[in-house]
Amino acid sequence: MNEETHEIRLRVNGVPRAATVPARRLLSDCLRHDLGLTGTHVGCEHGVCGACTVLLDGRPVRSCLMFAVGADGHEVTTVEGLAAADGTPHPVQRAFRECHGLQCGFCTPGFLTVVAAFLEENPEPTEEQAREAIGGNLCRCTGYVNIVRAVLRAAELRRAAGRDPQAGDPAPRGPVRRQRP
Amino acid sequence: MSARMFGAPVQRTEDERLLTGRGAYLDDLGADAYAAVFVRSPHAHARVRDVDVTDALDVDGLIAVYTHEDLTGPMAEPLPLLLPHPCIVDGRTPHALAAGYVHHVGAPVAMVVARDRYLAEDAAERIAVDYEVLAPVVGIEAAVAAEHVVHAGMSDNVAAHLVQEVGDARAAIAAAPHRLELDLDIERSACTPMEGRGVYARWDEAGGSLRLYSSTQTASGVRAAVAAKLGLDVGRVEVVVPDVGGGFGVKIMHPWPEEVMVPWAARRLGHGVKWTEDRREHFIAAAHERGQRHTVRAGFDDEGRLLGLDVEILHDNGAYLPYGVIVPIVTSTQLLGPYKPGAYRVEFRSLYTTTVIVTPYRGAGRPQGVFAMERTMDAIADRLGRDRAEVREVNLIRPDEMPYDQGLLFQDGRPLVYDSGDYPRTLRMVKELIGWEGFAAERERARAEGRRIGIGLACYVEGTGPGPYEGGHVQVGTDGRVRVATGLTSQGQGHHTILAQIVADELGVAMSDVEVTTGDTRRMPYSVGTFASRGAVMSGSAVALAARKVREKALRVAADALEADPGDLEIAGGRVHVRGVPGAGMDLGTVAVLSNPLRYAFDEASRAATQFARPADHAAPPVPEGDAPGLEGTDFHSPLRSTFANGAHAVVVETDPETAEITILRYCVVHDCGRLVNPLIVEGQIHGGVAQGVAGALYERMAYDADGQLLNASFMDFLVPYASEIPPIRIAHLETPSPLNPLGVKGAGEAGVIPGAAVIASAIEDAEGFPVRSMPISPSDLFGLRRRFAAGEIPPLRRAERARGRRANETGEPDV
Amino acid sequence: MKPPPFHYHAPTTLADALTVLGETGPHGKILAGGQSLIPLLNMRLAAPAHLIDINRLAELDRVDVDDGGVRVGALARHARVEADRSAAEAIPLLRQGLRLVAHPVIRNRGTTVGSLVHADPSAEMPAVLALLGGSLDLVSASGRRTVAAADLYVGPLESCLRADELAVCARFPRPAPGTGTAFVEIARRRGDYAVCGVAALVTLDDDLRVAAARAAYLSMAPVPHVLDLIEAVAGRPPDTADFAAAGRLARGRLDPEDDIHATAEYRAHLAEVLTARALREAAEAAVGALGASRPDPERAT
Ligand SMILES: Cc1cc2nc3c(=O)[nH]c(=O)nc-3n(C[C@H](O)[C@H](O)[C@H](O)COP(=O)(O)OP(=O)(O)OC[C@H]3O[C@@H](n4cnc5c(N)ncnc54)[C@H](O)[C@@H]3O)c2cc1C
Ligand code: FES
Ligand code: FES
Repeated sequence: MNEETHEIRLRVNGVPRAATVPARRLLSDCLRHDLGLTGTHVGCEHGVCGACTVLLDGRPVRSCLMFAVGADGHEVTTVEGLAAADGTPHPVQRAFRECHGLQCGFCTPGFLTVVAAFLEENPEPTEEQAREAIGGNLCRCTGYVNIVRAVLRAAELRRAAGRDPQAGDPAPRGPVRRQRP
Repeated sequence: MSARMFGAPVQRTEDERLLTGRGAYLDDLGADAYAAVFVRSPHAHARVRDVDVTDALDVDGLIAVYTHEDLTGPMAEPLPLLLPHPCIVDGRTPHALAAGYVHHVGAPVAMVVARDRYLAEDAAERIAVDYEVLAPVVGIEAAVAAEHVVHAGMSDNVAAHLVQEVGDARAAIAAAPHRLELDLDIERSACTPMEGRGVYARWDEAGGSLRLYSSTQTASGVRAAVAAKLGLDVGRVEVVVPDVGGGFGVKIMHPWPEEVMVPWAARRLGHGVKWTEDRREHFIAAAHERGQRHTVRAGFDDEGRLLGLDVEILHDNGAYLPYGVIVPIVTSTQLLGPYKPGAYRVEFRSLYTTTVIVTPYRGAGRPQGVFAMERTMDAIADRLGRDRAEVREVNLIRPDEMPYDQGLLFQDGRPLVYDSGDYPRTLRMVKELIGWEGFAAERERARAEGRRIGIGLACYVEGTGPGPYEGGHVQVGTDGRVRVATGLTSQGQGHHTILAQIVADELGVAMSDVEVTTGDTRRMPYSVGTFASRGAVMSGSAVALAARKVREKALRVAADALEADPGDLEIAGGRVHVRGVPGAGMDLGTVAVLSNPLRYAFDEASRAATQFARPADHAAPPVPEGDAPGLEGTDFHSPLRSTFANGAHAVVVETDPETAEITILRYCVVHDCGRLVNPLIVEGQIHGGVAQGVAGALYERMAYDADGQLLNASFMDFLVPYASEIPPIRIAHLETPSPLNPLGVKGAGEAGVIPGAAVIASAIEDAEGFPVRSMPISPSDLFGLRRRFAAGEIPPLRRAERARGRRANETGEPDV
Repeated sequence: MKPPPFHYHAPTTLADALTVLGETGPHGKILAGGQSLIPLLNMRLAAPAHLIDINRLAELDRVDVDDGGVRVGALARHARVEADRSAAEAIPLLRQGLRLVAHPVIRNRGTTVGSLVHADPSAEMPAVLALLGGSLDLVSASGRRTVAAADLYVGPLESCLRADELAVCARFPRPAPGTGTAFVEIARRRGDYAVCGVAALVTLDDDLRVAAARAAYLSMAPVPHVLDLIEAVAGRPPDTADFAAAGRLARGRLDPEDDIHATAEYRAHLAEVLTARALREAAEAAVGALGASRPDPERAT
């Protein structure tokens, strides 16, 4: 009883990757166990917690509710790909640290990816919008207070980076790109 | 002198890794390990007649299937009862794999090992277990009735029974001018950390040793337990705790069946084996807490002063008792809070049911105790027509009465003596923060707009940082970097940061030069574990003591080299120098070289040190008697007793008159955990605790049906709040240093959750005008209460009636 | 929680998809956004032998708006439909409902048609389709048919699709001129399936009197349940119409059940309260809609 496998090719954090996976391999497992990107976490495997959120072609999706075969030909950004190529942290990463927006860190990758994409759409959120933006992710440690702060702080840092002539591109550096296939 | 780190809101050292995906949690390890899954009982109570694995055998990638029959020696025996107590009547613990019977849905019956988790689940699905279904025992009522018993050989379901008494409470109540009696219920909930449990083991055949990784709160305990079960010398077992995605109590050690099965299988197979708990398993096979029923009888005087308190507790401990009776003991003792109860009698019965086991969940029995006491305070106030805060005030222990002996034995078996705290001030502060005085007018204004709002208040005292001990090891390398190790583990509390802060101050080095390791038995084999808010108190103190030893040695060695008096030296910025003469000194790395008479010039520091080397004293050995080579030190903190933190919460809620939705408008916390090592981290702990308190009050419950099936074993139906459900939280600190440890700190980890159910019930009751005696409460529950209230089945609060009377007088309307 | 094995098919044309579907019959399942199906697979509550992934059928990823209404293709994600301005202008109820479907991240993947087929009695979009009297276009290797919402739902999680049929698009008809809509619901946590939800529609005639009042309910019956409530408010101007009476009327016609989140009695009570709220909001929207389409020269100044 040998299971059939599929060859897939995808770009992960800007790097072309290939894997051979059974059709049922969840994208979360493929990223973590086939591609070694263990930054994406798995907290429920039924779509509720959001720990597994990654960006698929720039948009946040639950990687536990997708098969790896479905990501064939697509672009995936994980928490490992948020920082700039030179290692400069993404404004969201900086803000979470400054505001103590994480404790155990297990939920954090899901929040970071969601917030990074959110700020692309809404660079100047109100507190209410910030709260709503993270409204689909569970965190058991922080009570969300500092996460909401971190979203607002990230927006601030991002805008500051945009004004910084050294930064060139007004968008934050890092591969959080919006592109639809 | 560099700025003091202790007390500063320093950013966490853990974060850089965790924010970039470089954390290493249990399931991130062991890429080549086999995957284990467990076949779990679908029945709450059954006899296992037969386990047929035939069908599973043709699953490609299957490595092994184990049942109880495969286990021998200590592995075949029941798991230990970790914390025995004389009050335990009949202490039952599970087997690693079911030995003939299962006592809750989710109990492990067989273990499957396969190449990966997918295949292991395929095989597990094909294992046919033949069960003879037995009668379930679900809920406290059924447990008490004992129409059926959970464990064969018992005549009822009472696992433990304890009475503690100070004075003659029943007589005091009988003689009191006023008396009341309340029934108060709290339902089951659970920790549900975002990461489930997990165990990964590797057997090293050549060394005959085991390396075990576990997502646990207690490395050293797991080590001892696994060594005993596998018949190995403790020295041959290493336990390393990776990053842990939250614990909150459930990752405590007793040990878990999976925690002994995985290493056992790894040894047997000579191959790495890993088990990663999934969410469903976590609901049905880990632990729950909170389920408790309380009957309170109180006698009090005209001011509301307690004269006697008599509490009976029924505690649902689930199927087994591996962790003893910690939870009801904590409730029994911590129920007293900041108050003097007069005479006190408390009696509990701990009951078996055919449900998941109960072990401490953040707060560990305190939320229930505080619920019982604070509801009682509210009821007394209502009976007497007094302000709720005033009644609390007259019962408070005064600062000049510290240390205050409650006359009971605490969870650590030591006297329940409060060490310090200013309870009246705490209460004053929280009233101010929430706007207690002006609230009556606010409530009336809202009422005039057709809105219902209410205010609630709850106080607590929390014994934190129990012993017996925790250790610290501090070592300065020849590169000047400081390596610190403590045995307890970290699940997100920021221990690495606060321990680095403490050591940086003690040693006069930069925080960036301090590296901290927790939960690694290779670095610190003696340890107790992370629970009962003991991280900062115990390990903080231990590393401070160890750092002081190192500092003392550094000064001694440097003084010798510099031909100075140690008393004239100080350490700052990583250099030892003569006070006031920064130029005259040497780096700590150099001191480290000088501390070791074996001085191979491996590195720059060693070469640099040669200039300081004094001619050898041939009359003395190179390592003087009583000394040791190297610039390092180990010390242990072992306090006399627990230290007692305290606080008060207040909340304003709004209840929708039509839909019965409950919204928190403001939530205030006053918190005294002694000296704050890092306010950023302490506030984070409080935020998280409050969120769990709100969750336990309004959202989370374990919905068991009469058959013992957990109906909401998923995040879809077990309602962990999202950001949309958690209110903003205002915090004020009070810092009453503890005299029991060198840092003056008290624990902060659990406090936020403790008064949650009590304070929210208090506010809902205030908004609604009828008593709320059972938590959690959903809009549907509140609606049901309103119905019963309207039907006259629940009496109104007296103050609500009085307020209605006042309004009627003012408006000239008749009182209805 | 890992899915059981299955044979995977990823057709790139509709014709291929239908062929595979025809061949796999009852052993095949369509995979659209996967936001309902994959949780079921992960929990091993479903184990189809074949999965036919329709995510490569780009031809189905479309939202078309015309005079008749809005047509939503099988691959249009909730988020895309929600963001479509002309769809929202034509039928505001679409966006009103979609905003209540789960959380944005789920909506980035889940499809509206998938949700309609999945037939969860607590889902928002089946109630929208039912309230508007929409339909679903089904195709199979042997032909094509259109099923009205009223005939689509058989029971909880059960629609009348045959195993070989693929829903290619949903048709949401434009409501009559002078119609306003609203969607209100109460969920335990924001984004959860509702404890009770009401989608409502009120049509005003030329004299600004209530000419139609209907509501569709979620979590109140095994299938989306539509009630005509006109008798309580017929002929009244919106500001004096007794929407509370409509609420009572609705309550009398609903027979919800208990579950772990709410008693049947509470649900029925909510239905009453939310019906009144939703109708009132819908009536206000209708007034607004009429105002916008027929600018009153006097008021405009
Ligand atoms: C955490 C979470 C919360 C959610 N909350 C809500 C909520 O509050 N309200 C709500 O309405 N929904 C909710 N959903 C479900 C979500 O809306 C789904 O997207 C939707 O139900 C199904 O759409 P899908 O494209 O994901 O379908 P899939 O999961 O791919 O498929 C669902 C079913 O429909 C069938 N199917 C799908 N497309 C077709 C087609 N074109 N032709 C024939 N059959 C088809 C599949 O075979 C399958 O049986 C939630 C989901 C999650 C994970
Ligand atoms: S693991 Fe994907 S949402 Fe929880
Ligand atoms: S930081 Fe632990 S779950 Fe969010």
